[in-house]
Amino acid sequence: MCVGVPGEIIDIDGNEALVDFKGTRQKVRIDFVDDVEEGDYILNHVGHAIEVLPQEEAEKRLELFDEYLESLE
Amino acid sequence: MDKKELAQRFSKKIKDLCPEREVRAIHVCGTHEQAITRYGLRSLLPDNFDLKMGPGCPVCVTPARVIDRAIKLARKGLTLATFGDMLNVPGSSSSLSDAKSDGADVKVVYSVNEAIKIAKKIDNDLVFLGVGFETTAPSNAAVLERGVPSNFSILTCHRLIPPAMELLVNLENVNFDGFIAPGHVSTIIGEDPYEKFVSEYDMSTVIAGFEPLDILFAVLKFVKQIDEEIIQLENAYERAVRPEGNIKAKEALNRVFKVVDAEWRGIGEIEDSGLRLKDEYSKFDARKKHDVTLEESRDVHPGCICHLVLTAQKTPKECNLFKEKCTPQNPYGPCMVSEEGECNIWYQYGERPSL
Repeated sequence: MCVGVPGEIIDIDGNEALVDFKGTRQKVRIDFVDDVEEGDYILNHVGHAIEVLPQEEAEKRLELFDEYLESLE
Repeated sequence: MDKKELAQRFSKKIKDLCPEREVRAIHVCGTHEQAITRYGLRSLLPDNFDLKMGPGCPVCVTPARVIDRAIKLARKGLTLATFGDMLNVPGSSSSLSDAKSDGADVKVVYSVNEAIKIAKKIDNDLVFLGVGFETTAPSNAAVLERGVPSNFSILTCHRLIPPAMELLVNLENVNFDGFIAPGHVSTIIGEDPYEKFVSEYDMSTVIAGFEPLDILFAVLKFVKQIDEEIIQLENAYERAVRPEGNIKAKEALNRVFKVVDAEWRGIGEIEDSGLRLKDEYSKFDARKKHDVTLEESRDVHPGCICHLVLTAQKTPKECNLFKEKCTPQNPYGPCMVSEEGECNIWYQYGERPSL
């Protein structure tokens, strides 16, 4: 239950958002995150979004790891 | 860019920088243990680097007394809703699952929101058993502030991670160099609560994400600190953890809960490590709303070493019951029940599979 799952906001209705989790859609409360809009990625914890995630591409993150490792050489 | 290749490069660098002495890091998160074990990350670390799990499983640390209370409430005729993991946790002498088999109305829900939806549809009183750390508690605070049906109450068992980390630091027979701190707890609490581990206890502390590479990245930063003898707090999960945490969630927690001394299963009482509902929420507090008489509870069943596993003193493999008398199908101790429990994870994925 303590597992955080990222998902994409499809639709917002007041303090509730419809979020897509790799094909499964679920309603998630967005009380704790500011100014989210459709297309944003949130981190869901037991039905509440606890953070908005930056939309960096996975590839970009790998490049950052690569750069960090390079910097230690 | 190839993930496996990056993992190997992380591994090489960690091995290069790790000093020859025994180095030990403790993490306090079931989701970290899942990634570490499932992807065989320990096989990528040097032999003298020990990465252990501490009390990072909310189901495992919920005292038997809380489960006993939930069972009593369910057997008394109330509807009891909780997360699936909680059903099979042994209380002092039985589980919620046993109560359900005997006809009690025990429902599995995915969130507190779902429990409220059920309460709205039924006439019976519903009790939601809400356990969890700083990540789960805000959702319970939020629903109580929004308002819940009058037949809804909540049996909370929320525990706070930093005080449990401090307990580990002060255990005489647990020696280690620092922490891999839990990413999503940190999303809520931010960086500040970890400062004392650096300033007061000289413990390297690195906040980590949950992808295998996130964890290797954090371990590399950890080892680099040891190598350079610079003890500090680092955030290796910046995409989800702000230095200040989630202020709205923290404020909601403060409005609804007070911090109290609390029992951790088999570990004992830890100062300021639990959350209790404030008095203004009494009428939704299942402890106050529904009176039950509880017999003396039993946290540790004979032969079980879950309490030693939870405090990083033993590994599941050192337990005589592991895989024999204690399996996920028939769990004897709480750490075998939940997917966040170390025994369950080791049972499922083995100790050191290859990447």
